[in-house]
Amino acid sequence: MPEMIDQIFVRLMHWIIGYVPTSLQPLCSAILSAVAILVVFATIFAIITVLERKGLGRMQNRYGPNRAGPWGLLQPAADGIKSLTKEDIVPHSSDQLVHLMAPILIVITSFLVYAVVPVGKNMVMADLNAGVLFFFAVGSMVELSVFMAGWSSRSKYSLLGAMRAIAQMISYEIPLVLSGVVAIMAAGSLSTVTIVNMQAGYTGIWPHWYLFTPWGITGYILFMIGATAESNRCPFDMPEGESEIIAGYFIEYSGFKFALFFVAEYLGMLATSAMAITLFLGGWAAPFSFLTWIPSWFWFFAKLLLMMMVFIWIRGTLPRLRMDQLMNFGWKFMLPLSLINLFAAGLWHFLPSGPTRWSVDSLLLLLSCFLLSRGLRRNKWFQERTYRFAS
Amino acid sequence: MLGEGIIKGLAETARNFFGSYVNKERLTTVQYPEERLPRIEATRDFPFLVYDGDDWEKGLRCVACQICEKECPPKCIYIEKSKDKKPDAVGKPQNYPAKFDIDVSVCMSCQICVEVCPFDAIKMDVQFELSSDDRFGGLLLTKDKLAKSNEYYHEIHPTEAAGVDAALAEDREKEKEKQRLAAAAAAAAAAAKAAAAAAAPPTTVAATKDGAGSGGAAKEEAK
Repeated sequence: MPEMIDQIFVRLMHWIIGYVPTSLQPLCSAILSAVAILVVFATIFAIITVLERKGLGRMQNRYGPNRAGPWGLLQPAADGIKSLTKEDIVPHSSDQLVHLMAPILIVITSFLVYAVVPVGKNMVMADLNAGVLFFFAVGSMVELSVFMAGWSSRSKYSLLGAMRAIAQMISYEIPLVLSGVVAIMAAGSLSTVTIVNMQAGYTGIWPHWYLFTPWGITGYILFMIGATAESNRCPFDMPEGESEIIAGYFIEYSGFKFALFFVAEYLGMLATSAMAITLFLGGWAAPFSFLTWIPSWFWFFAKLLLMMMVFIWIRGTLPRLRMDQLMNFGWKFMLPLSLINLFAAGLWHFLPSGPTRWSVDSLLLLLSCFLLSRGLRRNKWFQERTYRFAS
Repeated sequence: MLGEGIIKGLAETARNFFGSYVNKERLTTVQYPEERLPRIEATRDFPFLVYDGDDWEKGLRCVACQICEKECPPKCIYIEKSKDKKPDAVGKPQNYPAKFDIDVSVCMSCQICVEVCPFDAIKMDVQFELSSDDRFGGLLLTKDKLAKSNEYYHEIHPTEAAGVDAALAEDREKEKEKQRLAAAAAAAAAAAKAAAAAAAPPTTVAATKDGAGSGGAAKEEAK
């Protein structure tokens, strides 16, 4: 029976495509999976927006939205209707075609990466043998659309925002990918399905997640920091810094195009979280061996929701970084540490299993983390600011 | 250690998050249409016109001097003077506004009209829920919508209204005294004239002047 519920969506799809001629079956299967992904992740996006607004409200000791529907749960619907009925303003001197294409492209690329994410046992749209590579390749398309939006608007603020976004995203793409590489090294495969299958075993009741190794937890934390920067979330939200450049690259967008950027930001966040789950948190695998009777897709979405909560929590806590802090952190801390982490993962593979490799790896990573953070702290070359005219 | 401050911050927000569910004291939000904060006495938003007595048209203190109209920085007041006169709050015969409009969509609540008014006729209201689906007509307050009783003024700004009432009562006394003196003077003049009239024929001009003076005094007595 648990097996039946676990595979219910897979069986449903097989049952539906059974009615289709054999030549059309691959196409039909792809369309069905795509529709499922569009519906499910769009719904999750809607849930996340209301959760975020309510969560942030509670962190600031307020109620958050509570008027639309019971406990304000219909707020996303109200927001959607509002953004659909708003006027769509295109700046007169903008590059009309690029201005139109940017939000469409950003949403398409945000949805495209879900093709390789295994959301449950046997539930992946495309099991590419270079799935992780596909994910990062398509994910970096977001930078292109961000710059398209900033450039085509012909506004100084949006161009500034786009420049910041490019600088930030390119800087953090490297540690993001490098910290993900350790999981690929351990699994010996670029296929997301294989990586999850490798983590789905248990020792006693404990799972074989890569999170529970020294290089795994370091990689996971680095990956999450990189993912936060990639999706322009607080505290790395300088590309859209409301207080300085108003909304950054999408300042000249209104109505539904603006909403598309909003959707894309959240979808990007969900996608990188899904990838972090796949690489380090065992994908759809249950956290304890005695919980495997609960369907695999439940575990995936539970983990996804948990990750979203962490994102919201971080957003409610941290203020925005300065550009130099961001760059210093990216290049002087994240990048060296992710390289050392690669080395630690290699070391783990060749050392005999047991407490030896645990202590060697932990020591290596802790020491490098400590030294690198000291290096960050020492670089205070700013002088005390003196004011000539204001006292 | 790197990240120590972040963990402290995360603990603080977590405490807020769970605390706001447990302890209602933490939530400072007022659920506005259902709950309201008590109003402080100095609250002000848009001007209104004060009237005395029961009939707003008769009791309006405004004498259409148009000082507020001229002083209003965003020029949101429009006044048309009446052709005839009626006694004002202190009993002098004065003009009254035939038209008095305030466009509250233009008004910036600066209270300058209140400060310049020599007749205590215009005061600041506390009514802020003025939203309307009629963008122009709904926010153009005419004389009948602006007129509010002195009792209402007492209710919203008790201290200020008491001061205004005391000053007005004093003015009324002075005016009465003045009119009594004027009436006495007029009577004396009339008597003198009557004495003179024994020698010369009476003039019509003096008679009309007498009539107006005594008429005003009579009205004041009635009040």
